[in-house]
Amino acid sequence: MESMSAVLKSGGALFSGAEGVIQAQVRQEDKTPREDRLTVGLPFVDDARMTCRGVSVFYGEKHAINNVSIDVGRNQVLAMIGPSGCGKSTFLRCLNRMNDTVEGCRVVGDIQLDNLNIYDRSVDVVPLRAQVGMVFQKPNPFPKSIYDNVAYGPKIHGLASSRAELDEVVESSLKKAGLWNEVSDRLDQPGTGLSGGQQQRLCIARAIAVRPEVILMDEPCSALDPIATATVEDLISELQEHYTIVIVTHNMQQAARVSQRTAYFHLGDLIEVGSTDRIFTNPRHRLTEDYITGRFG
Amino acid sequence: MLVGKKESTMDRVNRGLARRYRRERWFRLFGLSAIVTSVCFIGLLFVSIGANGWSAFQQTEILLDIHFDTEQFDVDNLSTANYGALVKNSMQTLFPDVAGRSEKRELSKLVSSGAPYILQKMVMQDTGIIGSSQKIWLPADDEVDMFQKGYILRDVMEGDRRLSDKQIGWIDQLFAEGRLEKKFNSTFFTAGDSREPELAGIRGAVAGSLFTLAVTLVLSFPIGVATAVYLEEFAPRNRWTDLVEVNINNLAAVPSIVFGLLGLAVFLNVFGMPRSAPLVGGLVLTLMTLPTIIIASRASLKSVPPSIREAALGVGASKMQAITHHILPLAMPGMMTGTIIGMAQALGETAPLLMIGMVAFIVDVPTAVTDPATVLPVQIYLWADSPERAFVERTSAAIMVLLAFLISMNAMAVFLRRKFERRW
Repeated sequence: MESMSAVLKSGGALFSGAEGVIQAQVRQEDKTPREDRLTVGLPFVDDARMTCRGVSVFYGEKHAINNVSIDVGRNQVLAMIGPSGCGKSTFLRCLNRMNDTVEGCRVVGDIQLDNLNIYDRSVDVVPLRAQVGMVFQKPNPFPKSIYDNVAYGPKIHGLASSRAELDEVVESSLKKAGLWNEVSDRLDQPGTGLSGGQQQRLCIARAIAVRPEVILMDEPCSALDPIATATVEDLISELQEHYTIVIVTHNMQQAARVSQRTAYFHLGDLIEVGSTDRIFTNPRHRLTEDYITGRFG
Repeated sequence: MLVGKKESTMDRVNRGLARRYRRERWFRLFGLSAIVTSVCFIGLLFVSIGANGWSAFQQTEILLDIHFDTEQFDVDNLSTANYGALVKNSMQTLFPDVAGRSEKRELSKLVSSGAPYILQKMVMQDTGIIGSSQKIWLPADDEVDMFQKGYILRDVMEGDRRLSDKQIGWIDQLFAEGRLEKKFNSTFFTAGDSREPELAGIRGAVAGSLFTLAVTLVLSFPIGVATAVYLEEFAPRNRWTDLVEVNINNLAAVPSIVFGLLGLAVFLNVFGMPRSAPLVGGLVLTLMTLPTIIIASRASLKSVPPSIREAALGVGASKMQAITHHILPLAMPGMMTGTIIGMAQALGETAPLLMIGMVAFIVDVPTAVTDPATVLPVQIYLWADSPERAFVERTSAAIMVLLAFLISMNAMAVFLRRKFERRW
């Protein structure tokens, strides 16, 4: 890449007529100067639930995330936006160490939850993931009954001591996920038989059944139709009262609707962080502006 | 110009279209004819085996009046009584005008040489019949049986057939008196092997096969599944696991007799395990089926969508919990299918078992995994090798039994796959 751009630049000098084209190409391949890629805005907040400092992620030789520092505010929705392949999902998966399952993935830096680096040797991922739940891009209910889907987490963590208690957890989780009214009479039916939007809400119910403190959502609405999306967005706004939520989305309107803070990622760099209102009305960084005005993405 | 060009484009497309459809039709035709041909061959196979083998399920028997003469029996030593004489005497009373040593011998040859043992067994079971006269159906000799089934022809010269004209006359007389009949051959299913075709059965081989398969299943299923789970879910991806993977795939293609040689060298010679035992047979077949099971199990583990794994890990399941609660149950139908197919392979395997001595002539039905035994395919091989005409039909009948086992096992595999297959 480096040598390629050097060739392009020298080419630009030789054929000055083509300079404009070449410069556009250089920008597409992101040869934005390093100093331009430092985070602007306000990455840190006073009441942080999770703090990330100098986080870099490598997939083998590939440098996927570059030195990201950001706080996740308590009971806030943090939206992460950016073009495809910018590393926002990778970063999200660092927050509950889901990247551990990816072969050759290496995370450096410091991600703190309750003043403890979650990548510390002493940290066990099992309780960590109970604390930091996750909802995935594609609804992925277990091929089991609706009840078992929600009850699975509490069961393995021993959160319910009796069947009645488990029933209660299942009911309250489904209620919080806004699914109870639709499925209360068919809890023994397979979760895979629900519609896409219902499945995604079932997955949210499954995540909140283990009473996490933080919920990570990886493009939770990308596989849903607009009506189901609206339902899930309303749900996110409700959940925000009790949970800290980090959501990755491709949909800028969605980020604007549900989040308080927005972070813009670009090719592994955290470009800009700030309150959602400010990012969408008055972006400070050229890349952010280009992205939200639809110049690329 | 423009119009002309447009037309010619459409013409070209249309011309090409016809060619494209013609190719498709040809491909379909080839496929269909391949299927029809193979179905014909399978049909031919079944018809020829059935035609050869069905008659083995019937056996010619002779009704004899046996007088259990009290004088012949010593109550303390029942097994040494002359049971052969009982059969001979009874035959002679049926044909009183037969005289001379050789004629008498020819006459008594009509009844199976195993008949005295049948009488002995009756007496041992119930000593009350001593002193009485009984009408008993006893198996005829295999030559008589072959004659009755039409394999020995009357119009052949006497010297060229195995029954003399006199014997044929006696058979006709017995038949006319209703003392000679074809009956259902229960011996075939209840007896072990024998040198006499009319006394030979597949029970010993079936029991040997079942013991061998039980050992194979008990060893290969858990080991195979555990290996697949470890390699697929836990093992790091590096040069060593690549090497292991390549070798497992290679082992699946190793000729089975090589496993037999290995079993002979290791299990018999090094560990000193018993020869001809289903235990050793099972161990050898385990080595042979493991690659099949491991490959099938890994494929079915791979086919479980990663989203299920992520969902389980995402709610805080440990790796082992994600595997045992979610991935393994979803992969199980595929694993079971692979295992049953591996078992069907093992059931039909002959060569490795020859190496460890399961080819021996064994009359007794095995009752434990350490008893000497043989298995169905080896039994078929042994019978196919026997000179007696009556073993030809028994060979085919044993093949029918083996095929019935194989077909039912494969049907079970299909059934399990249908029943437990889940969609997501």
